Formats: sequence, C-alpha cells, structure tokens
Amino acid sequence: MKKLLISLFVFHFSLFTHAQDMTTLIAKVKAKLDLVTDYEAVGHMKTDVSFIKAPLGKVKVYFKKPNKFRLKKEGGISLLPKGGVSVNMSSIIATNEFVALAAGESVIGGTNTRIVKLLPTNENSEIVLTTLYIDEANLLVRKAITTTKENGTYEMEMNYGNFSKYGLPDKVIFSFNTKNYKLPKGITLEFDDSEKSLSDAQKLKNKKGRVEITYSNYIVNKGIADAIFVK
Amino acid sequence: MWTLIQIELYKIFRRPRTYIAFVAIAALISIIQFGLKLDGKSYADFLMKDIGGSMEIDGNIINGYLICYIMLQLLLVHVPLLVALISADMISGEANMGTLRLLLSKPYSRTELLLAKFFASTVYTIMLLVWLAILALFVSMWIFGVGDMFLMKSSYVVLISQNDVFWRYAGAFLFATLAMITVSALGFFLSIFAENSIGPIVATMSIIVFFTILSTLNIPIFNALKPYLFTTHLISWKEFFDLKVNDSNEAIMGSIQNPQRIINSALVLIVHILAFLGASIWIFNKKDVLS
Repeated sequence: MKKLLISLFVFHFSLFTHAQDMTTLIAKVKAKLDLVTDYEAVGHMKTDVSFIKAPLGKVKVYFKKPNKFRLKKEGGISLLPKGGVSVNMSSIIATNEFVALAAGESVIGGTNTRIVKLLPTNENSEIVLTTLYIDEANLLVRKAITTTKENGTYEMEMNYGNFSKYGLPDKVIFSFNTKNYKLPKGITLEFDDSEKSLSDAQKLKNKKGRVEITYSNYIVNKGIADAIFVK
Repeated sequence: MWTLIQIELYKIFRRPRTYIAFVAIAALISIIQFGLKLDGKSYADFLMKDIGGSMEIDGNIINGYLICYIMLQLLLVHVPLLVALISADMISGEANMGTLRLLLSKPYSRTELLLAKFFASTVYTIMLLVWLAILALFVSMWIFGVGDMFLMKSSYVVLISQNDVFWRYAGAFLFATLAMITVSALGFFLSIFAENSIGPIVATMSIIVFFTILSTLNIPIFNALKPYLFTTHLISWKEFFDLKVNDSNEAIMGSIQNPQRIINSALVLIVHILAFLGASIWIFNKKDVLS
C-alpha cells in the first residue's frame, strides 16, 4: 500500500512538472507574440470550400490586441469560416486561463515540434481544446488544431519567413469542416436542367474547406484605429 | 428598304402602346431598387440564411451588380409579353385597321415589306433591352455602387471579382437580345394569321408559358424534347455568371463554366429566328389579302 501511494505521488508529481514545463514554453511563445500590439498585413487569399467558387483575392488583414481581427478583401466581399480565421495565435493564448499539457513530439514541415494541449479553465470559453505544435528552438507555433463549442474544429498551419521574429507567419493554411449547402431553386430562380447542377455539385463535394492566406508584407506596431474593426 | 424601315419605326413609336413597355420596365425596376435601398440588408440576410451558418460574409453583397442580376432573373420572364405587344401586332394590326391591302399596293415586294416590319420590331426589342440595361445595370451601379458579385446558385455560390463582372453583363444582354428577338420573331410569325392583335399576342405568350413549363419540368419523357424548345435556351444568359474552377477549386477569372452551352443556345435561337421569319415570308407571300 505504501509503495502504491509513493508510486502514485511520483506519477502525479511528474505530470505536474511536465505541465509546468509546457506553461513555461507557452509563456515564452506568448512573450514573443506580445511584442506585437497591432499589425496590418497585405496578402492573397485562396478559398477552397466545397460549395464556393471564388477566385484568388487580394486581402488586407488587421489585428489589434487583445483579440480584434478583421480581414478585408479588395472589391468588398470575403467569405471565411465562421469564427475561424479570427482565432489567431495571439487570441488563443491571450489569457492565462488554460492548463498546458505535454503530448509528445512531432515533425511539421521538416521542423521538430513539441505538442502541447491547452485546456481552458474557464467553463464559458468558446474554445474546448487547442493542440499546438511548437518549434521550441524558434518559439514559433507551426500548427494549431482548435476545437470550439459552436464552430467545429479548425486546423491552422503556419509557415514563417521575414517576420518570424514577431511570430507572424508568411503563410497560413486554415482547414475546417464544411456543412452541406443547398438552396431551394425557387429562391435562386434556377430553373435550368438539374443534370448540370448535379454534376457541378458533385465535382465540388466531399472536400474539406481550406483558406490559404499568403502574406507579402506586415506593418507592425504602427497603431490601428478601432474604426477599422467595425463591420 | 431603309425608307420602309423608317416608316415602320415611325408607326411603332407613334403609338402610345409602345411606351407601355418602357414605362412598365421603369416602374418595376424603380420599385425593386427602392425596396432594396430601404431594406436590402433584410433581403441579404434572408439569402444568406443557409450559408451564414458556416461562413462569415464580410462586404457589401447588395451592390449594383447583384441587383441587376436579380432584376434580370425576374424581368426576363415578363419582357416577352412586352415584346409580343408590338411584334404580334405588326401584320395583324394592319389587317385590323384595314391598311394591309393599301400597304401591299406600294411598289415594294411582300418580302421587302415583311423584312422592314421585322427589322423595325427588332429595333424596338433592342431599344427595350437597352432601356432595361440602363435602368437595371447602370442606375443600380450608381445607386448601390459596385463590388464583387456574390451569386447564390442552388448547390453552390459563385464569387466574381469586381473587374470580371462588366463584360459578363455585356454578354448577358447581347444574349438576352437574341432571346427576345426570337420571341419577337414568334409573335411576328403569328401575326400574319390574325386580323386583330389580341390573338397573336395571347398566342405568343401561351406558347412561351407552355414551352417554359415543359422546359422546367423534370419528367424524363420531356427531357429528350427540351434541347429543341427555344424556351430552354432563353435563360442561357445566366451561363455568363458561372466560373470554371481549377483542380484546387480556385475560380478562374475571365472564364465561363460552360461556354459551349451559350454557343449551342445562341445557335438554337438563331435557327428559330430564321425559321419563324422564313415561314412568315413564305406564308405571307402566298396569303390571299383580298378576302
């Protein structure tokens, strides 16, 4: 019995120590991201969603601490997964209300990463679980999988370049599950032949949604007016 | 010939009835624009109800380009009636007024007279569509502004870049003109059989309604018939607003999903126009106008 108690204590202590280590790593990543209070970025957005036919579009992205985010497309209309792209790295680890647990190691795009699971301690948090793949050497998040209460699971993969010192990616690939889309023909006034609509729909079906943003430039910490974020 | 066309145009635009179509189009478009200006957001929310569950849409959806598309969808179903008002009256109107024999006593062949009348009704049809384009497209662009065009099809949505839209409208209006000339040719053809205008106008509309129902019904027995019905091809202008996608599902700017369908439809409509006009000339040349 005594041996069992000692074993349990050692096991619990080792887990605690590990969790502490991960909290330190997250704190370091957060400190790096905290260097940025706001940014404005220019990029190109590619939308690959099963039921959307959209061309490559030029976008402007705005971020301001703690979690203000806006993506504007040149020409006006942008389509993004609900609640998705605004879940950026700074927003995810903006608070300290989570428990960070180690979950192994992995290689992402040729880089060794530590897998860290973030469990929110706040019951009202929209995020249920976040898994981060952290490049420990450069303190960069290479991949994040976020499960939310309302908007499903999102996956973000980030490639870094010129702005890696701020923890800002050159490219973000955002993957998510799409729901089926169907509108009655009476609303769309589409009375053409159903064969065509079916073949088009079939071609577009059974694909996971993907939004890819490639940033060409960032303007960091130059101040952004709050009005930009008002829709 | 040119003199004959001028005379026929004078006759068309001298009648108050001609302007009913222009006033009706202006009234319909104004009321839609007024409604959307006041409550466009509710309309957009209603349209976005389904897609809004999974996607966040940012930007001005209710812009001039989308409004023109909505209006074309609604109006191009009814414009045939306005076209038939004039074209189906071209010969029957003369017969009704008792001026047909007088007209045929002029030193022109029956074919020349008929062609002049057909060209005059074609000019009226073109002017009606130009009027539609001015009000539905240009006035909407002025009132609501321009931007990307967001179109909701029954199984997918299409986002067309702002600078890729205008040429599509040019193509769509050209196609719509061809479609309406087909209706005009049908009305013209029917007008040689009657001695008052009501009959050919109602007959033209009845044929369009009947064939449109056949074109939209998804009953297998009628499917073989559909490609040959001109009503199936009247709505092919919409093809200008569907984009091709590449292997990574990225829409290709400047592309049309099914250009062959537009070409086929245009050919079918041209064949119908020539057939109606040819039959009109052939029958009218044999027609006994003395009794």
